[in-house]
Order: sequence, then C-alpha cells, then structure tokens
Amino acid sequence: MIRFTDVTKVYPGGTVAVGGLSLRAPSGKITVLVGPSGCGKTTSLRMINRMIEPTSGTIEIDGRDTSGLEPNELRRGIGYVIQSGGLFPHRTILDNIATVPLLLGWDRRRARARAHELLERVGLAPELGRRYPNQLSGGQQQRVGVARALAADPPVMLMDEPFSAVDPVVREQLQDEFLRLQADIGKTIVFVTHDIDEAIKLGDQVAVLRVGGTLAQLAAPADLLADPADDFVADFLGRDRGYRGLAFTEAPALPVTREPTVRLGAGADEARRVAAGEEWLLVVDADGAPAGWVRPSALVAPVGPDDLHRGGTVARVGGSLRAALDAALSAPSRRGVLADDDGRLVGTVRAQDVLAEIEREPSEAAS
Amino acid sequence: MNWLLTHLDEVGGLMVTHAVLSVIPLVIGLVVAVPLGWLAWRYRLLRTPLVAGTGLLYTIPSLALFILMPLVLGTGILDPLNVVVALSVYTVALLVRTVADGLASVPDEVLQAATAMGIGPLRRFFGVQLPLAVPVIAAGLRVAAVSNVSIVSVAALLGIAQLGSLFTDGFARNFLDPIIVGIVACMVLALALDLAILAVSRAVTPWLRVGSPA
Repeated sequence: MIRFTDVTKVYPGGTVAVGGLSLRAPSGKITVLVGPSGCGKTTSLRMINRMIEPTSGTIEIDGRDTSGLEPNELRRGIGYVIQSGGLFPHRTILDNIATVPLLLGWDRRRARARAHELLERVGLAPELGRRYPNQLSGGQQQRVGVARALAADPPVMLMDEPFSAVDPVVREQLQDEFLRLQADIGKTIVFVTHDIDEAIKLGDQVAVLRVGGTLAQLAAPADLLADPADDFVADFLGRDRGYRGLAFTEAPALPVTREPTVRLGAGADEARRVAAGEEWLLVVDADGAPAGWVRPSALVAPVGPDDLHRGGTVARVGGSLRAALDAALSAPSRRGVLADDDGRLVGTVRAQDVLAEIEREPSEAAS
Repeated sequence: MNWLLTHLDEVGGLMVTHAVLSVIPLVIGLVVAVPLGWLAWRYRLLRTPLVAGTGLLYTIPSLALFILMPLVLGTGILDPLNVVVALSVYTVALLVRTVADGLASVPDEVLQAATAMGIGPLRRFFGVQLPLAVPVIAAGLRVAAVSNVSIVSVAALLGIAQLGSLFTDGFARNFLDPIIVGIVACMVLALALDLAILAVSRAVTPWLRVGSPA
C-alpha cells in the first residue's frame, strides 16, 4: 500500500503544486489520479519515487517512509512508465527491458531471458527484441515501456499518461491488454491521466484532484459517476453519467429472444422466407458469430458483406447493462445482439427489457 | 611532381607530425569540453559565460597564441607542446557549445525515464545522455579537426616542423612545388580525419541507421 499523509509540494516562487494530499493506494489495485492540468497529479506521482521531493508530509510504501530510503534503490523497486515509453533510443528493445535487472546485478543471461519472457508477455514477437525503439510503432513502444517497468517484478508501478500518445483504437487495445495483465500480476499501481474515461475504465479507485493539488473525491468509478462529491467533480466527469455508470453494473439474466438468422451467402429468397415479414434480418458468419443486419426486401442477390448494416454493437452475455442497452439502441432492428464469450450468437434483447432491469437494480446513489 | 617523388620520406614524416599535432589537441579539447559543455547545459546561468567565453578564445590569432604559450607554460619556443596546448584551446572554443547543444538534444523524457529506473547521475550521463549526443558532438568535432589541420601549419613560422614547413620552405626559395604538395597533403589529411570521425560516429550510433516501422 502507498500512503500519502498530508503531502505538500510548494515550488520556489510559491506555486502550490500539491496542497495537503492524503490518500491511500491499496496493494494490488489500480489507483488513478485524474484532474485538469495544474492539479499536481504528475507531481504527486513523482513524489512517490522521489523524482520530486515533497515540501512537507510523508509518503510511505508498505509502511516504510520513502524519505528514509536511498533514491536509486527505491526507484529500482518501482516500475515507471511514461508517455511514448521513454525508451532509450540507442539500446535494443531487449536491452531496454533488461535495464533494471542489470542495474540490480543480474547476470546478462538471466536478464535477457527475463526480457524475452516479458516481450512475449506484452504481446510482442520475439524478433522485435533485436530492434531499436524507432523501428517500432507507437503502440509497440508503449508495450515495451510496460515490459521494461515490469522487468524486475517490482511490487509497485507508476504510470504517467502511458497511453495518451497513441491513436484511440490502439489506446483502447492497450488499455484492455493492460487490464488483463494486471488481473494476472496484481501490482500496486498509481496511474496518472487527464482523461476521465480512461480513469473510469482502468481505476479500481479514482482520485479526482483539483487545481492546487487537493483531493476533490476518492471513490470507485461507479460511485464517482453515481454520486459526485461536488460540482467540480460532476463537471469533470462530464455528460452521460447515468449511462456511463451502467458500465459497472453486470447485466443480470436478460430475457433473450432467439433470433432467426441466415448465413452470409444465403440466397435472397431464403432470406425473405426466414425474415417472415420482419424488416431486418440478422446475418451470421460461418462460425456463428453475428456479422450484421440485412434488409431482405432490398436483396437482389445472395447476402454479401456489402449488404450488411454494421452499426449494431454486440454485447456479451454477462457483460454490463450499458453494453446490453447500447446493443439494443444501436441495432437498426432495435433488437440488441448478444453473443457468448467465443463471439457466437446467443440471441437478442430489447431495450425495454434492459431498462426494466435497470429500474429493478437499486441505484448506486441510493446504496 | 619530381620534387614530391624525391622528397616522399620527408613529406610523409611531416604529415605524420602534422596529424599528431592536430589529433592530440582534438582529444584533449574534447575531454575538456565535455565537462564544460555539461556545466553549460546543466546550469542556465553558466551557459552564456561558458559558451561565449570559450568561443572568444577562438578569436585569438593563432600566431599570437603560439608565441604566448612559452610565456604561459615556461616551455621553449620550439617545443611542440606550445602547439598542442594552443590547439587544445581552439578545440575547446569550438566544442563547448557543441557539447552543450548535443546534451540538450537528448529528449527530456529519456533522461527522466533513466532517473526513474534508478540509474545514478554518472551512469546516466555516460550510459544514456552522452551516447545520444554523439551525432551532434561528432559534427562539431569534424569542424574542429579540419580547423586544427589548418592552424597547425601556422606553427611553421616558429620553426616547428610539419606540413606548414613546406610553405615556409617554398616561400623562402621561391619554389612552388613544396607549397602545392603541402596544400594537397593538408587537404588529404583534413579529409581523412573528417572521414575517420564520421566513420567512428556512425559505428557508435547504429540505432540511427535502421528503418522506421513499416
């Protein structure tokens, strides 16, 4: 556990970056520090590994006051990931990853073996290990940054906007992989971002900071959305809080309707017969995974990929209420497509049924 | 041409001396310029006095500096040490700014990452920052090398034998051949040093010559 007790950072000239911050980052969990620029989130992060020294207050890691530890020793025991990875351009990927193990005095063979293992762990091909950072894409570099931070298996990881330099699609991918990785390794993570959506997606708990480095609210994401402490937090969370909050509620057993389907490539007549007068018909691929909706009346040839309406999202059975509702709202037929963990079609669900479940669920705010 | 063939040994010997007198100050100058450049990079207040101050040294006429050296060092007027020290001063003058610029060219997040991983200041400097500054420093070193080759020849006026002696000799005898040979030999030497620095710089920066992601 990382514990801040009344931590203040005042820069020469009197700027207060962090003003009396007290909070705990529990072991094995992700604590996200989020807030507008000037809220001291990065300063707070860097005080943990003493890249910045607090003006007053104490920071403890597992009960040990960090101010009593040798800074370089302390840092070797804390993984650190920054935007774009901060990789050493002049060292190969493997050497980058092996940096801290070598500093800790591991022999080269063991450090390289560990680096190989981590490369695989973060989903990179082994042959990338011999390359230099500028030969990798932004997303790959970011993965290397994570691998490097994990190299000596530190119990604590600090991450400073690690995913903000990549495009949205890659960012989402990296976030998902990161959550899967964390589910395996269970590090104590402090994560800084300015992106509230990222905070809500990744955090086990989210600390919203305001300018001047004071804590506005510390809560689990669902509680934050359901019950913002004040106007600042509510504004910072932004719109659609009710809808976004549904992401944290697992959908109960929804009334699923079996959906008539045709395979891709089915003839127009078959499609019209199966649709039995319905305007929209669901098409599945050879594996039974939903491919998209088609309007049988408009078909002149067998169902091809170009005939498909692809606006509908697919919700996973046992996923969130938000995903189920979105599936229903986004489908042109208004029948939300549900699939199992392997991606195969289970059936469809209607928005009114999801809403009925939402109304049955006790609201987070009331609980 | 005949003159060169009959004086090949002599020209060769002068060329070696010339090269040694150019290269040793280059090395000394670099070794001195790195800490000065680091100070200029690290402390904003020191940058202007250091860069401008050392830069001013370059404006001292070389002949004056060669003559001044025995007074400062207590050496004899014919001592090659005078040339070595004077050229080291010029090299420092050229390199302090280059080293400071080279160190500043290293991205801050790379240095931050190094610190955050627990790499101590000395190791960070020699293991991360200096290697990454090599391309910029090498560019300055190439200028200094060519400048040294040119300035060394002035020392012939003091009687210190190197390729410049061919100029004084040719001039005294009103004989063009040694002058032409001296000029060409100086150019060859300058070019060779330039290429050597380039080659070393490329050899120690393999990461700069790999392709970007597809």
